[in-house]
Amino acid sequence: MKILVCISKTPDTTAKIAFTDNNTKFAADGVQWILNPYDEWYALVRALELKEKDGSIVLHLINVGGADAEPVIRKALALGGDEAIRVNTDSRDSFSIAAQIAAYAKTAAYDLILTGKETIDFNGSSIGAMVAELLDMPYIALATKFDLNGTTATVTREIEGGEEVAEAGLPLVVSCQKGMAEARIPNMRGIMAARTKPLKVIEGVAVEALTAISSFSLPPAKAGVKMIPADQAEELVRLLHEEARAI
Amino acid sequence: MPVLIYVDHADNHIKKSSFEALTYGVDLASAMGTTADAVVLGTVADNLASLGKYGIKKVYQVADAKLNTLDAQVFTQVIGEVIANTGSDTIVFSGNVTGKAVAPRLSARLKAGLVTGAVGLPDLSSGFTVKKTVFSGKAFAFVQLLTTIKIISINPNSYSTKEVGGTAETRQLSIPVPDSKLKVTATNKVSGSVPLSEAEIVVSGGRGLKGPENWGMVEELAGLLGAATACSRPVADSHWRPHHEHVGQTGLAIAPNLYIAIGISGAIQHLAGVNRSKVIVVINKDPEAPFFKAADYGIAGDAFEVVPKIIEAVKKLKGK
Ligand SMILES: Cc1cc2nc3c(=O)[nH]c(=O)nc-3n(C[C@H](O)[C@H](O)[C@H](O)COP(=O)(O)OP(=O)(O)OC[C@H]3O[C@@H](n4cnc5c(N)ncnc54)[C@H](O)[C@@H]3O)c2cc1C
Ligand SMILES: Nc1ncnc2c1ncn2[C@@H]1O[C@H](COP(=O)(O)O)[C@@H](O)[C@H]1O
Repeated sequence: MKILVCISKTPDTTAKIAFTDNNTKFAADGVQWILNPYDEWYALVRALELKEKDGSIVLHLINVGGADAEPVIRKALALGGDEAIRVNTDSRDSFSIAAQIAAYAKTAAYDLILTGKETIDFNGSSIGAMVAELLDMPYIALATKFDLNGTTATVTREIEGGEEVAEAGLPLVVSCQKGMAEARIPNMRGIMAARTKPLKVIEGVAVEALTAISSFSLPPAKAGVKMIPADQAEELVRLLHEEARAI
Repeated sequence: MPVLIYVDHADNHIKKSSFEALTYGVDLASAMGTTADAVVLGTVADNLASLGKYGIKKVYQVADAKLNTLDAQVFTQVIGEVIANTGSDTIVFSGNVTGKAVAPRLSARLKAGLVTGAVGLPDLSSGFTVKKTVFSGKAFAFVQLLTTIKIISINPNSYSTKEVGGTAETRQLSIPVPDSKLKVTATNKVSGSVPLSEAEIVVSGGRGLKGPENWGMVEELAGLLGAATACSRPVADSHWRPHHEHVGQTGLAIAPNLYIAIGISGAIQHLAGVNRSKVIVVINKDPEAPFFKAADYGIAGDAFEVVPKIIEAVKKLKGK
């Protein structure tokens, strides 16, 4: 059994969001980079749990990105996993990232590919589905639970207003969200071991981006809060009804 | 070439988020000087000709019951065939659970540029550029679609539906539907409540409510307003509320008309999931709580005193 977890690097959740170069670039100065929370807490940790149950599982991590992603890849390896692959390109178009992952995965016959639900910077929520299509594998999006029984996966996925449980054979691609696993902190042994785990760098294949970001903008600031005294709940309800027309 | 809007359904009825996609697609078609068609996979009880009232000209249906459960691989293949039949070059999805699973697959299949999380109509003045949310609602990006076929997946609750009147022509397409490799074994719906992602009003509670036993008033207020309930992450992590109610950067991102936050501090990661709400009300006993900075209306007070009063006032308003 071989599992591939797709990991990405994103700005820390508290990073100040600003843009430079005429609003065409994210202002990365002084920003802390982290492993995308969905990839870390849900996809990677669930894969680690599966491996802990079944020692024969081989667990690889893949990142498509420049050398600046390596600290984050090492952090992922400190949580666990046997080796990491970095596809050396800095494209940010979802399709080209997916095409790199698919091109690599084709050479290595993975039974299961896990992604996060989305990256918290670009919020594409796309790459897992694209990888699945490029590899012609079934895809389950927005999974909240994942179990393996031999070569049958049992996956709980979000639907509007509830959940649905589906069974699928392997190979399979799954995007992971809250519920899959609990966040973990790497321990000292993991951090030491990560230093010597293989981090293979491969060059990307030629792919053409389907989209390009021309610029960014920030939302307009809120007008300011209208405070209502605590004993005047009725006034709040009146304002919501008459002024905001929200109820 | 006509715009094609994917119409999603559950429990035999078209989803609310799909009506938004229909209006978006019709407005887009008129900006592009073309017409808008819709496609339905599977079967529904609703009358499809009546989608004409949103401005749709033709509704295509692949009425195979196998398509009543979502399999992104199968759906993508079938929609690909529909597009080959209709020649549509602009495809619109709602970014609901189905759109999230299918739109990117279709993009990869057709090598068609995709934008997800779209919040406005494309700017057609030079190329085809769509505004989308990025950084979990903290910013927007303008994304150019560089390909002939273009796919747009719009954020639920970002476009209001409009009825213009009319009747659509309906056409059955006989496209062979491959067997699904997934087997759905159980469906658990939270009965009677409004799905969070589609809710117009959301009442949400945080750690300030002290424990799960205190959610009665949250549910009562939500019930009165026809609202869905939500919570902050620590509340879901402590199992006071189910995981699917967790909103924020690492939970669900929502954009209701009205978001009422009770006993939530307003951490940046929480705001990331709710800052697209049109009106935000914050009830917090700490007047310095950061959430007030993101709010439209605020009450600095003890939730256990304030919320029951709000409930009374809403009852009065609704004549109950
Ligand atoms: C990577 C990362 C991702 C995260 N993602 C999310 C996310 O998606 N969603 C999320 O919500 N959080 C997320 N968090 C956690 C976030 O940082 C906050 O810790 C969390 O939102 C706080 O929840 P809270 O406001 O319910 O609790 P607290 O911060 O404990 O706030 C409770 C509030 O209730 C008020 N209060 C107390 N008693 C009363 C009373 N009687 N009446 C009225 N008010 C009262 C207090 O004044 C306080 O403001 C994330 C954190 C990290 C690091
Ligand atoms: N550069 C990347 N390298 C590897 N995996 C990625 C990369 N970007 C995104 N992913 C994976 O794809 C998921 C969805 O990303 P996105 O479609 O960009 O929201 C993420 O949660 C990751 O698991």
